[in-house]
Amino acid sequence: MDHVSTIEATKAVVTLDVALPGIIWGWMITLNMWAKSIGTGVVLVGAYLLMKYKHEDMPNLRWMMPLLSFIALNVFLLFTLVDLHQPLRMVNIFLHPHWTSAITVGAWMASLFTGLITLMLAIAAANHFSDFQRHNGILKALRGKNDLYEKVFPFVVFLAFPVTMYTAIIMAQSSARELWAAPAEVIQMLLAAFMVGSASLLLIAEKWSKEVRRDLAFVLMFSVLFSFLMYMGEYFFSYKAAEVEATLAYIHSGGSYNVQFWTAMILGYIIPFFIAMGSIKEENRTMMKFAAVTTLIGLYLAKSTWLEIPQMIPLS
Amino acid sequence: MKLGFLVDLNLCMGCKGCEIACKVENEVPLSSWRLRVKYIDIGTFPDTSRSFTPLRCNHCENAPCERICPVSALHYLDNGIVNIDSSRCIGCAGCMMACPYGAIYMDPESNTADKCTYCAHRIEGGLMPACVVACPVEANIFGDIEDNTSHISRYITEHQGNVQVRKPEKHTDPKHYYVGGGNQTLNPLAHERIEGYGLFNNITHLDTLGDPHHSILDRFLTPIFGGHNDHLKNESFVDMPNDVEGHKEEGGHH
Repeated sequence: MDHVSTIEATKAVVTLDVALPGIIWGWMITLNMWAKSIGTGVVLVGAYLLMKYKHEDMPNLRWMMPLLSFIALNVFLLFTLVDLHQPLRMVNIFLHPHWTSAITVGAWMASLFTGLITLMLAIAAANHFSDFQRHNGILKALRGKNDLYEKVFPFVVFLAFPVTMYTAIIMAQSSARELWAAPAEVIQMLLAAFMVGSASLLLIAEKWSKEVRRDLAFVLMFSVLFSFLMYMGEYFFSYKAAEVEATLAYIHSGGSYNVQFWTAMILGYIIPFFIAMGSIKEENRTMMKFAAVTTLIGLYLAKSTWLEIPQMIPLS
Repeated sequence: MKLGFLVDLNLCMGCKGCEIACKVENEVPLSSWRLRVKYIDIGTFPDTSRSFTPLRCNHCENAPCERICPVSALHYLDNGIVNIDSSRCIGCAGCMMACPYGAIYMDPESNTADKCTYCAHRIEGGLMPACVVACPVEANIFGDIEDNTSHISRYITEHQGNVQVRKPEKHTDPKHYYVGGGNQTLNPLAHERIEGYGLFNNITHLDTLGDPHHSILDRFLTPIFGGHNDHLKNESFVDMPNDVEGHKEEGGHH
């Protein structure tokens, strides 16, 4: 008897049905989340450094922080728009907002955040590049507005927290995907911001003081450690709901997502943790840059896996 | 008034008349379904049985799709129907991620989310939903569940203890009931969905969601490079290659 083709008496099989959607939110949403983590993470980690250290310890941070954030936020906004099936109707979120939706609240907060970061970047760039502002009326007007930069900055830091975390609420409102539990995702989003925020700043920290780079290594080490521990907890012990069990059984059984998940854990968490720990004892700039790059790659892969696997089980 | 739906699975014979009526009435495009009838085989040959489960939007009183929609394209009507305004939809697919019943699809022609509306347009005109009219055995029962004298209310009362909803643990409070359902028919995790050719068609996943060239980049690039719908695939039994060995011998036509 061919055991492979035998239907077990206790099991039922679908013999006629329509084609179901596969991945609904794919790589563009992964990229969206990843870029947003960078955009808010550099502000959160940057704020910590600006509060703790003198300007001379990291001379370019005041304009590099809003620049990195601005680039990342624009990648985030671009792919948010591109992923829509009716991108030109994005304006409806502002004209007909539905405030129970985390998508609406998030879009408003992220737009405000991007606007304020743009303002900070313009002020910082006007001050840093004196030639630049000579040819541009707006930048000329912003030159010397350091007090405005200082006034806006605390509000931007405050706003960076909900902007980082609102995607977790969208995932919580996605009732069909039980793997995305709100408390865990909120913390994971926050840790992701600190991971890639410190990693991104490490890449531009060549001329900063040794103490600053050491602090960045600390932030990176602790954020990857706690995020890794949370993933392990979710991966091995999240057996509470039937659909979560089915999702985890799917990834535990092997296949491409299993490989992707463990690649993400090694690149994004295990390698940077040990390099950062080693670099705190004895600094190695090249290795820290390597750790920063693997963190950025690993986080993308981890986000991609966690976003896509719960979409693989049939809902009906 | 609170409109509800009830399907007596003991009566349903899987004719798919409701499915076709829905397709025609609402001009549902290829690869999209507002209502579908799923066949499930249970047991080992020769002790097997086949069950049929019509699946459509549950019109939940606490609808996750309505809550997550950023522009109120999904909204409640006074009669309890969860309706959709396609002209407002931005196509974010948030509702598809929120609906625990997989009842929402992305229309490949309009690039907006769509779903069963209990034929709200027909109800407004005093007609029954198309699927109710088409059912030859009156397995679909539709009406006001707040009216104790309505057919659906009396049916629910008569079958107390045997009336179920899908995924009650989600607390969505569905207004779509089943009589004669069981774990195998109502729980998608209780049966296997094996990819490949089943009874008549290829059980698979959609290659794309909505129009494969929906993105804003495509809209800019299409006029230059063309080929807007070149790669649309709707794999079903009609797409089976005609040169399959033995196809003609088995009564197939070219």
